[in-house]
Amino acid sequence: MQEIFIDKYIYLSMALFIIGMVGVMIRRNAIVVFMCIELMLNAVNLLMVAFSAKLNDAAGQMFVFFIMTVAAAEVAVGLAIIVMIYRNTRSIDINVANKLKW
Amino acid sequence: MNEFITLMKPELLLMAMIFILLISKLGVGFNQSNLMKLIQGMLLINFIAGFFMNGEGQLFDNMYHTSSLIVLEKNILNLGMVLISFLFTDWFKKCDHLAEVFVLMLTALLGMFYMISSGNLLMFYLGLEMATIPVAAAATFNLEKKVSSEAAMKMILSSAFSSGIMLFGISLIYGAMGTLDFSEIPALLNGDSLQVMAFIFLFTAFAFKMSVVPFHLWTADVYEGSPIGITAFLSVISKGAIAFVFVSTLYKVFQPFHEIWYNMIMVLSVMTMLVGNLFALRQQNIKRFLAFSSIAQVGFILIGVSSNSIQGATSVIYFVLVYIFSNLAAFGVAGLVSFFTGKENIDDYKNFYKTNPLLSWIFALALFSLSGIPPTAGFFGKLFLLTSGASNGNYAFLIIAALNMMISLFYYLKVVRAMFMDKNENPILPIQINFATKIALFVCGGGIVLAGFFGFVFDYIQALVK
Repeated sequence: MQEIFIDKYIYLSMALFIIGMVGVMIRRNAIVVFMCIELMLNAVNLLMVAFSAKLNDAAGQMFVFFIMTVAAAEVAVGLAIIVMIYRNTRSIDINVANKLKW
Repeated sequence: MNEFITLMKPELLLMAMIFILLISKLGVGFNQSNLMKLIQGMLLINFIAGFFMNGEGQLFDNMYHTSSLIVLEKNILNLGMVLISFLFTDWFKKCDHLAEVFVLMLTALLGMFYMISSGNLLMFYLGLEMATIPVAAAATFNLEKKVSSEAAMKMILSSAFSSGIMLFGISLIYGAMGTLDFSEIPALLNGDSLQVMAFIFLFTAFAFKMSVVPFHLWTADVYEGSPIGITAFLSVISKGAIAFVFVSTLYKVFQPFHEIWYNMIMVLSVMTMLVGNLFALRQQNIKRFLAFSSIAQVGFILIGVSSNSIQGATSVIYFVLVYIFSNLAAFGVAGLVSFFTGKENIDDYKNFYKTNPLLSWIFALALFSLSGIPPTAGFFGKLFLLTSGASNGNYAFLIIAALNMMISLFYYLKVVRAMFMDKNENPILPIQINFATKIALFVCGGGIVLAGFFGFVFDYIQALVK
């Protein structure tokens, strides 16, 4: 069995996580924002699996399945809401959602 | 098997209710008002059943655990749910998809129950997600309204974002300690920097859900845009559940980290109180006003959390109980007014007393309690929170909190003045109050007055926390 370089996995998943986070903050298209959130979750999945292999413990890999399922549920509701927004405003740009301020 | 039923009774009852509601859609032929009666009856039975046959123990290899304190917390949330179903009877009856709204709200409540009695980070995560996703779906229930779907989008995006952050924290905790079990974590905490970072990530997500200040931006928008029944659910039940979890995880699991999180919570608490109060000053919309006032109340809850003592935990739970009564009374009146007249501005409440004396008294009582004026329970709630905070000897912190209570007094009394003293040519017309709503309003009013006078409520909670 190969040795696992855990620090490299941490760097990689942290980079992915930060890319996702920055994407959530700067992108204006609601679907792209959801994709960025998925990226954050996948960074977490990667880290979980790496730790799980490192610690020789199955709990982390089990957790990943739950994260995937919950993320699917989240996106299902989120996309339904985006469809709703599109019907009401004919756009999925986040900037149109400005009826509620301050 | 028997143990399974006694320990998981609150969850099983909720699941039974959810299934009954789903089946009721299959053409049994309930009309709207019968369905509403069925829901209210079931919630009432659920609330009463919560007091009997409770056990203590753990299930599923420590994934799920329960104790008398947890049962009490669940009962408090059940009470809030009953009050919501009674208070907004008129709104719910008019809602096209009544059964679905309740299915969503009860699912969220089920998630909160799992979250409160979770003994493992996996269970906790599942509970938290189950508690937020359905609420986002429920927030968009005014289908044709732009603001409603906008509120739902803001809610789902910010909650998905914050749960991503929390998951990162969980994965770091897992990496640093090799376990996800709440009972094993405290022994492994040693102040390692990876652990501190993991804790901060986890804490951020908590702060998001509870709308602590740097993460509060979604709150007011979501509260304003959602239908009022859902807003009440969000501000009272969700917030209460997160406060309960806050007390049990921070207090029990991260106890060895107290030095680290004390300063963090103190700074956040001061910011939350200040920003919540200062923004509440300039609001004109009553729902937004209540949203910012509820942000300010979270700041006070954090004082109790920061004290890291039994008294602190007790006063947080007591305060949440009082907060449920007072905030639901306020939302109930605001909901009635906005449902019957469509008016949501504070200026519209001028001379409200002339036309609706009962409603304005209840509203005034609720606002007194929220601001903490003596005979009401809100005063005792804040008093206990501040005393528990004082046990740490950080008096500057308490002085800021006291000053914030003064600021809040100003804007709460502004509404009271508008209702009782200001002149208005065309005040809101007298509102016909439904019988069920009237009962709920009286229960809230009674709770506000009585919970303060009967000291045994506090003593009872304190005995359970020990």
